[in-house]
Amino acid sequence: MSRYRIKLDKDRCIVCHSCEVLCKVKNETPEGISLNQIMAEPQVSEEGYPRLKIKYQPCLHCKKPECVPACPTGALYIREKDGLVLVKDELCDGCMECLEACPWSVPRFNEQTGKMIKCDFCVDRIDSGLEPACVTACTTHALRFVEAKEKGTAKKAA
Amino acid sequence: MTIEKKFSVCGMCTVRCPIQVDMKDGDIKFIQGNPHSPLKGALCARGAAGPGLINDPDRIRTPLIREGERGQGKWRQSSWDEALDYVADKLKTVIREYGSRSLLWSDRGGPFRDLHQAFMKGIGSPNYCNHDATCARNVQHAAMSLFGFGRKGVLYDLKNARHVVLQTRNIFEAINVKEVNDLLDSLGNGGKLTVIDVRANVSAAKANRFLLIKPGTDYALNLAVIHELIDKKLYDADFVEKWFKDFQELENFVRDYTPDWAEGKTGIKAQEIRNFAADLAAASPSVIWHPGWMNARYTDSFYVSRTIYIINSLLGSIGAKGGLPFMAKPGDCGRKGLKALAGLFPKPEDKRADGAGWKHKHIDPGPGLLHLAFKAIETSDPYPVKAYISYRHDPLMAFPDPEAQKKMLEKLDLMVSVTFSWSATAWHSDVVLPLSPYLERESIIAAKNGLKPHFFIRQRALEPKYENRSDWEIICGLAKRLGLDAMAFDSIEDIWKFQLQDTGVSIDDFEATGIVPLTDKPIYFGEDKFQFKTESGKIEMIAPKWENSGIPSLKPYEDKPDPGPGFFRITFGRCGVHTQGHTINNPILFEQMSENVLWINSDKASEMGIAEGDMVRVSANNSYSGKLKAHVTSFIHPQAVFMVHGFGSEVPAETRAFKKGVADFRLMKGGMDIWDKAGGGVALQEHFVKVEKI
Repeated sequence: MSRYRIKLDKDRCIVCHSCEVLCKVKNETPEGISLNQIMAEPQVSEEGYPRLKIKYQPCLHCKKPECVPACPTGALYIREKDGLVLVKDELCDGCMECLEACPWSVPRFNEQTGKMIKCDFCVDRIDSGLEPACVTACTTHALRFVEAKEKGTAKKAA
Repeated sequence: MTIEKKFSVCGMCTVRCPIQVDMKDGDIKFIQGNPHSPLKGALCARGAAGPGLINDPDRIRTPLIREGERGQGKWRQSSWDEALDYVADKLKTVIREYGSRSLLWSDRGGPFRDLHQAFMKGIGSPNYCNHDATCARNVQHAAMSLFGFGRKGVLYDLKNARHVVLQTRNIFEAINVKEVNDLLDSLGNGGKLTVIDVRANVSAAKANRFLLIKPGTDYALNLAVIHELIDKKLYDADFVEKWFKDFQELENFVRDYTPDWAEGKTGIKAQEIRNFAADLAAASPSVIWHPGWMNARYTDSFYVSRTIYIINSLLGSIGAKGGLPFMAKPGDCGRKGLKALAGLFPKPEDKRADGAGWKHKHIDPGPGLLHLAFKAIETSDPYPVKAYISYRHDPLMAFPDPEAQKKMLEKLDLMVSVTFSWSATAWHSDVVLPLSPYLERESIIAAKNGLKPHFFIRQRALEPKYENRSDWEIICGLAKRLGLDAMAFDSIEDIWKFQLQDTGVSIDDFEATGIVPLTDKPIYFGEDKFQFKTESGKIEMIAPKWENSGIPSLKPYEDKPDPGPGFFRITFGRCGVHTQGHTINNPILFEQMSENVLWINSDKASEMGIAEGDMVRVSANNSYSGKLKAHVTSFIHPQAVFMVHGFGSEVPAETRAFKKGVADFRLMKGGMDIWDKAGGGVALQEHFVKVEKI
C-alpha cells in the first residue's frame, strides 16, 4: 500500500453517494464516469433484520500495483515519497491496458481527452495539507484518511 | 493554489446547511459543510452537487412572460424592468378590483421567509401560505393541541438520546446532515434505534428493531404503546403528576387498546409491542420518538403525531437532555433577536381565504393551508383570490392531482413563479422570474434557535451567470413599484443593517466563519423553567380548541379500507441523492438516479409473475398511468407499493428529467380534497393504485 489509505466506517455509512458527487465535482470528471464508487447490497441478518452490505471503491494505491507494469508508455507510475499511484498525462495514449490489468477496474477512459484518469487520492489536496475530497465532506464522517507509518499502525493523516 | 473561501447557506433542500464554498478565479472548485459549524465539513450529495445547478444549460436565463395558453410553454423573454412592471401593474389592477386580500403567496417556509411575510403584510393580504400542508402541518397541530406551542417549541437532542424511534421519519435518506451525524453519534455510543415503517429503508438498515407495519395503522400501534406504558406503570409518574392535565381521560381512553388488539390491526406481534414499550421505559427520559417531519400521509396522521408526543411526555422526555428539550431563542441567551422586516407593516385585517384561524379555528393561521387557498381561488368563497405568487415552490408537483389543481387555478388573473429552476408550477405560470440559485445570491440574515442559538449568513459566491436576481432584489423591486417604500431597499447591506440594528452584532462579525454564536454553552432549561402555552399551563390530553371545533382530542381508532385484488396502497418517500423533485434535472444528480422504481412485496410479485427489474404499469382511477421497473423485496408490506417522489416531469425544458420515471402525485386523483381535518395535512397515502406486469 501507499503510505495512505481511505477507510470506511460501515456503521456510519448511509450510502448517500456524497463521496461520488464530491469526487465528480472536485475532479470535473466527465458524465458517465466515476473515479470512486460506493456500493450497497441489501442483506438479511441472522436475526432477520434488513441490513446493507457496503463497500467503498476508490483506487487502493496498491503497494504492488498491477497497472504500473501493464502500462506500455510508463504513464502509470508510483510516486516515491508516499507510494501514490498516479498517471502522467503527457505519456498516456489511452490504450486501456491499466484498466485491463487492475483487478478492480479502477482506471477510467476519458473520451474527451483520450487518456486514462483514476483516483489519485486528490494528490493536489494532500500536497496542500488537506484530505481527499470524499473524506473531507463525507456526509457522516464515515470516510477517514489514514496514514500507515509501520505495519499494523495507522493514524489519521491530517 | 489561491483558494478564496466564501461562507454561504446551501439551498439544495429545505434544511439550509451552512457551507463553505472554495473559489478559484471566480469558479467554484469545491463545496463542503462549513468546517466551523457542527457539520465539521460534512455535506450530503445534494449539497455537493451545487455546481450542477449552476452549470445546467437548462437554467432559466431571463424573465419570461407567457404567450399562448397556460402550460403551453410559449414564452417571450423580457427585461427585468418590463417583467417587474408587468407583474406590478397586474397586481395593482387585481388589488383595485378585488382588494389586497385577493393576492395569495406560497413558499417553502424556512429561515428567510421574513422578507416574504413583510411583502404580503405591506400589500395588506393575509394570504401568506407555505408548503407545510404537504409536510409537517399535522405535526405542528399535534404539538399545539398538547403544549400550546408548535413543533419548533422543542428540539430533538439526538446526540444524547439513548433510544430513538423513527416512525415515518426516514432520517438517513431525508437527510439533515447535523441530525444524521447526531443520531449516528448516539448509536456509536450504544444508543438504540427503532424504525417503524411500511418498508425497510436505509434507516431500518441501521435499526436494532425494525417493525414492518401495515400501512395506515400507525395510530393503532401508538395507542397500544400508550396502553402498555400506563397499564404496566412504565411511565414517569412524577412528570405526569406535575405536567399532565386529564391523565385519567387518557387512561380510560386506551384501556381497550391492548397490544393484542394492536397485533390484529398492525401485523406487529403483541409481545414485540410489549418489549418495545419496556425498552423505551428503560431508556427514559433520554428517548426521542420523532413526532414526524413529512407526515402528510393519512387522514389520521394528526393522531399519529399526537400520540407520539403523548408517549414522549409519558416518558418524561419533554424538556429532558437526550429527549426533546425546550428550544432556546436569542432572548434566552440574554441577546436581542433580528429585527423583523415583517414588523414594518401592520397585520392585515381581512380573514384568510383558506379559513385558517376562523372557519377552522383550530388551524394555525400563520402559514395556513394551501390546498384550501386553491379551493378559494376556484370557488371565490369566502372571497375572490385572483393573483398568486409561488416563490421557490412547486405545488403542481408537491400537492396531489395536478390536473385538478390546474382547474382550480383557472380563475386566476395572474400567476407568477419566482424560481431558480424549471418546475411544473413555473411552466404553468404567466410570468417566470428567475431567482438566482443560492450560490449566485446572498439572502437576508437568518437566525437558528436550538441548544445554541446563533445567526448565520449567506454570502454570494458567484456573480449571476444569466439574467437572474436575488430574492431581495426581486421582492424589493416589486415593493418599490407597489409603493411599499419601507421595504424598497437598494442594497443587501441596508437590509442586513436593518435586521442587526438591536442585536449588538455587526456584519463584520460574520467574516471569520459565517456564523455568529449567541452563547457558548448549550442551553438546557431546568424543570422550573418549563413553560407550556396551554391555558392550564400543562400538557393537555383534551385540547379545548379541537373539541370546540367538533374534533375529538382522543379519537377512537377507525379501520381504513384494504386495497382490492390487484390494487395496492401507494406510498412515497425520499432518497439521499434527490430533493423532492427539483433536483432530478441537475446533471450530476440525474447521473446518480435518473428514474424511480416501484417497490413491491416479493410474495405479491410472485403471484403476479413479476421479477426484480421487470417493467410494470402502475395506474390510478384516472387516465394517468406510468411504466417503471419493479424492485421486488420481502421488506415491504404486501398492501403497499413505494416509489421515490419527484419523478415523471412533464416540463420539456427539463431536458433530462422530462418524462423520466413515474409521478406518484399524478396517481393521487382527488387528493386535493382528502386531508386530515384535525391537523390540516393533505393525506397523500390514502390512494390505491393498480399494478400490472407489462
